[in-house]
Amino acid sequence: MTLRATVAELVREFRASGRIVIVGASLAGLRAAETLRDEGFTGSLTIIGDEPYEPYDRPPLSKQVLKGWVPADHTKLPRMREVDADWRLGVAATGLDRATKQVRLANGELIPYDRLLIATGTRARQWPNPAEAALHGVHTIRSRDDAAQLQKELAEPPSRVLVIGAGFIGSEVASVCRELGIPVTVVERGAAPLVGALGGVIGEIAAQLQRDHGVDLRCGLGVSSLEGDPGGHVRRAHLSDGSAVDADVVVASLGSIRNVEWLEGSGLAAGFWGVGCDAGGRAFDINGVVTDSVYVAGDVARAPHVLYEYQFLAMEHWDNAVLGAETAAHNMVNLEPHYRPHLLLPGFWSGQFGVNIKSVGVPPFGDEIAFTQGSVAERRFAAAYGRRGRIVAAVTFDHGKWLEYYGKLIEQSGPFPPPPPGWDQPPDMKPMPAEFPDPRVPTAIPDVVLTGHAPSERTAEFRPRRH
Amino acid sequence: MRIVVDLNRCQGYAQCVYLAHEVFRLNGQEALTYEPNPDDERRLQVERAAVACPVQAIVIDRVDGAERGETS
Ligand SMILES: Cc1cc2nc3c(=O)[nH]c(=O)nc-3n(C[C@H](O)[C@H](O)[C@H](O)COP(=O)(O)OP(=O)(O)OC[C@H]3O[C@@H](n4cnc5c(N)ncnc54)[C@H](O)[C@@H]3O)c2cc1C
Ligand code: SF4
Repeated sequence: MTLRATVAELVREFRASGRIVIVGASLAGLRAAETLRDEGFTGSLTIIGDEPYEPYDRPPLSKQVLKGWVPADHTKLPRMREVDADWRLGVAATGLDRATKQVRLANGELIPYDRLLIATGTRARQWPNPAEAALHGVHTIRSRDDAAQLQKELAEPPSRVLVIGAGFIGSEVASVCRELGIPVTVVERGAAPLVGALGGVIGEIAAQLQRDHGVDLRCGLGVSSLEGDPGGHVRRAHLSDGSAVDADVVVASLGSIRNVEWLEGSGLAAGFWGVGCDAGGRAFDINGVVTDSVYVAGDVARAPHVLYEYQFLAMEHWDNAVLGAETAAHNMVNLEPHYRPHLLLPGFWSGQFGVNIKSVGVPPFGDEIAFTQGSVAERRFAAAYGRRGRIVAAVTFDHGKWLEYYGKLIEQSGPFPPPPPGWDQPPDMKPMPAEFPDPRVPTAIPDVVLTGHAPSERTAEFRPRRH
Repeated sequence: MRIVVDLNRCQGYAQCVYLAHEVFRLNGQEALTYEPNPDDERRLQVERAAVACPVQAIVIDRVDGAERGETS
């Protein structure tokens, strides 16, 4: 047999009877499983998830679920096909041994794999003081259970809700509170809401939007401590300027932490910003060498992006989980030259205060912004972000139909400011500074992060030259 | 039944709201919210909405319920 024929035979055999393990049973994990079967993988498939639930969708949790329109257990994800998997739900993966190719579970079991997909996502950053975080009425929101509990308390209703952190999720929670008629205070350390993700110019518009809807918004301030009553229920928050806010529900929306601890000692390029991988989802080892058997997708992945100077991007976006999972799954059952790259143009949506906010590209990569359509006063507009004369991102407020236009320009590295779309043009399209905070200043952590060029935060082992 | 709307794609045309207003709602001018797991009686309505959506953003399950081995 020729080498080529042998390789083809190996691929066929792997597809027929290989063993694939997916860790993380949510959006990315499920879509990867479905894609593997679509691609003709008939071997054994094991899906490990630490939550007791089958895969569900998270975006509705901070929107229709909190509002009480949709019950928290109603967000189960649709199934595109049978995946015929061995589901191990309610048990966490606690270790990875790449030498013996086994995943260790919390119950002591070892699950062998030929190829592994890491899709463990992120978790909510908890309020840093554990005693205060344990008070009744203090919440974070990431899971179905979190949303169910918070919804119940919002329905009571509380006399005031305090939201700490005005990123997308914090702003959505504040919006729901106002829709329910609940007084709400938002405390944000940065200069404005959404400032990490969209910059200060848009942040100022978001701030005005919140205030117009009756939110007591306090920026440039931190919460220093939470105070409970004798029954252990939160009642008051003390702020960094010495003032206090009385609230009986507190939602800490402080960004997220990537679920990588279980990979400790595995020798993968896993760290604070996630697991480094190439644009095809293949994980890097700690020395920056690509692995053949470990893949990554979704919120926990971090890959270089051709449009953004090959900087590693970590993206907590729904479509990144879907498309990253599909790409990784395809590559898991194919060989070069049939690998596919995950070259997604990042995109995000958020509904708050009755406005549909959408973005495309990576706004924090830009340093300038120009309003290109609509009217800021009416909060129906599009704005483009630029860097060195190139358009790198766009944001729309109730102007979603135009996102595709900007997306195309970004893909083609079009000029900034962009050519006038020829419709609904504002009188002034002059670029101005986009006002992103210095990345070293701790503020609301954006959900797309430029994480530098290095595949691993850890030190690689350097060897002297021998030849 | 289970559905998910790809809100990156959705452009707020509200066709779905018109065809299945118990399942889809607009919150403001163009922010769509929906009931992800509507009653099975609504299947026909939702399927019509999915077909009518000009950007094909509505994804409907093709497999009923959970599979063997799942715990919920
Ligand atoms: C409240 C909320 C609102 C959102 N709204 C939007 C929005 O409007 N638009 C948008 O684009 N995106 C939104 N997102 C982000 C979107 O939900 C995520 O990008 C998406 O869920 C990522 O999918 P994932 O599968 O990569 O990770 P996750 O959904 O985080 O899934 C990872 C899974 O792995 C499990 N896991 C972790 N560690 C282990 C382990 N060691 N062993 C086993 N299992 C483990 C976790 O419990 C989890 O179930 C929102 C997220 C939240 C929480
Ligand atoms: S019909 Fe499609 S594009 Fe229009 S609102 Fe519904 S899902 Fe969105």
